Amino acid sequence: MAQITSPELPPAVETALIKAAGLRKVFPPTRRGGDAFTAVDGIDFEVRRGEVFGFLGPNGAGKSSTMRMIGCVSPVSAGELTILGMDPRVDSSRIKARLGVVPQEDSLDLELRVRENLLIYGRYFGLKRAEIAARTAELLDFVQLADRAESTVEPLSGGMKRRLTIARSLINSPEILILDEPTTGLDPQARHVVWDRLFRLKQAGTTLVLTTHYMDEAEQLCDRLVVMDHGRIAAEGSPRDLIERYSTREVLEIRFAPGSGEQEAAVAKAEGLVHSGERGSIERIEELPDRILLYGADGEAALAAVHGSGITPLASLVRRSSLEDVFLHLTGRTLVD
Amino acid sequence: MTTTELPLTTPLARLLLGRRAFGPLGGSKAPVLIERNMVVYRRLWLMLASGFFEPLFYLLSIGVGLGKLTGAVDGVPYTDYVAPGLLAVSAMNGAVFDSTFNVFFKMKYAKTYDAMLATPLRVGDIAVGEISWAQLRGLIYSAAFLAIMVAMGLVHSWWALLALPVTVLIGFAFGAVGMACTTFMRSWQDFDLVTLALMPMFLFSGAFYPLSVYSHWIRVLIEALPLYHGIDLLRALTLGRVHVGLLWDVLYLMVMGAIGALVAGRRLERLLLT
Repeated sequence: MAQITSPELPPAVETALIKAAGLRKVFPPTRRGGDAFTAVDGIDFEVRRGEVFGFLGPNGAGKSSTMRMIGCVSPVSAGELTILGMDPRVDSSRIKARLGVVPQEDSLDLELRVRENLLIYGRYFGLKRAEIAARTAELLDFVQLADRAESTVEPLSGGMKRRLTIARSLINSPEILILDEPTTGLDPQARHVVWDRLFRLKQAGTTLVLTTHYMDEAEQLCDRLVVMDHGRIAAEGSPRDLIERYSTREVLEIRFAPGSGEQEAAVAKAEGLVHSGERGSIERIEELPDRILLYGADGEAALAAVHGSGITPLASLVRRSSLEDVFLHLTGRTLVD
Repeated sequence: MTTTELPLTTPLARLLLGRRAFGPLGGSKAPVLIERNMVVYRRLWLMLASGFFEPLFYLLSIGVGLGKLTGAVDGVPYTDYVAPGLLAVSAMNGAVFDSTFNVFFKMKYAKTYDAMLATPLRVGDIAVGEISWAQLRGLIYSAAFLAIMVAMGLVHSWWALLALPVTVLIGFAFGAVGMACTTFMRSWQDFDLVTLALMPMFLFSGAFYPLSVYSHWIRVLIEALPLYHGIDLLRALTLGRVHVGLLWDVLYLMVMGAIGALVAGRRLERLLLT
């Protein structure tokens, strides 16, 4: 199986490892007479060698469907998809030989031990046992599971299982690693360990494609990302780029006692601060069920202006704009509900 | 093309269907599935052992025990008569268990096949691999059971050598159809249907007594069922009563397995590659 790592690519694809144009995924109706469901509704994107590319969006945005099409386990309904210069309809096995996949749901082999999981998975790629054994030792070290090599999978914590899945996905030294919500369901400490390992992979030159509905994850890891909503791409750029384009520098969050009606009154008063031209001028207001977000260049000044206009919030917070604000601006909804 | 294949004999499924039947679905990398299952069962040898003891206990209880009360059946001692029937039943049971419960668990709960499909493996590799594994397991049981039959003097002819490939054929036919049925199962409750289908076939297909006890129409019905053909073949071979009509049994089981394998492959593709 020498072809796994042989870089026999035409030079043209060196720029874009994955290229999608008008990509669609439509699921047939589950019941007779039901409606077909369009999960991915004609998206265009390009993933370049060595970058970390992200799909950011809420649940049901079409991220996982896109990932499954890239992973060659979901047929493309319409449009173009090219991975490593090949068409998944024709060359799925050859593409998959050069991909690493970390699925959303852990699919570790519970009937096998930790080390055997890597060994057998490597065999699925047609690698030689000696080669896999050497690589397994390396990978278990990398994900800090060397001392659990002979353990069964079941008793491992969620973070350990995810790390093992990452190690498994690297057994074939993939050129592209695709990760579907790599840290969903992990506690904060486990998330940071995963992020650290992914960052090291990026430093080592692996191209990463990931989906997430955590804005901090996207900001920490992604060089470039697309914001997805309802199967479409709402915006594309680097995290900093997107924040500059779609949000202000700072955000003032104010909260009121729930059910008091004060929030509605405050929104009406705050309208007066929009583009007031004075110190503390704000550009935009977003109202959420539990708080009001005021977008402006200077959050502290905005807070002073809020107090000045007779609004007395129960609590207030000034912070920098994040991708969450970008998403809110683009879709009118929050990412995690 | 690949250097991955184990030095195992080509599985019967491939032999019968050929490379082209699975075309773009794959099938050539199936041996790595057998390798995986061997690693798993290295620890579960006790479970393997139970598959061997079941027909042996039946043979001792019904064949030897009950045989003391009955006279000769069909011109041979009852134990000699019932042993090939039990061999066919055990080949059927092993294959069905592996291709229904085990496959359903791996497909719906363990996500074993989803993990496999993220690698260069294809749906055809999975179908051929799992069916072949069921056959291989069945082959081990059958060989051990045949050895016991020889030791007990229940084998009357050198034709019995062909009983081994025939048990593989029975395993293929039932394993493939079992797997195809599994792809239609929605929950564990549906597996009661499997028991419901196997139980009467086990009792009434002529493993324990000749079909001559039945009226004409019941006989026609039983002869339409697959287990009858397996029993008919094995009994003819171990008792040395070989005739051309046996080719019909072989054809029946081959066609049954081929249809099962094709349906299983297609359905798995629809279920796993959504």
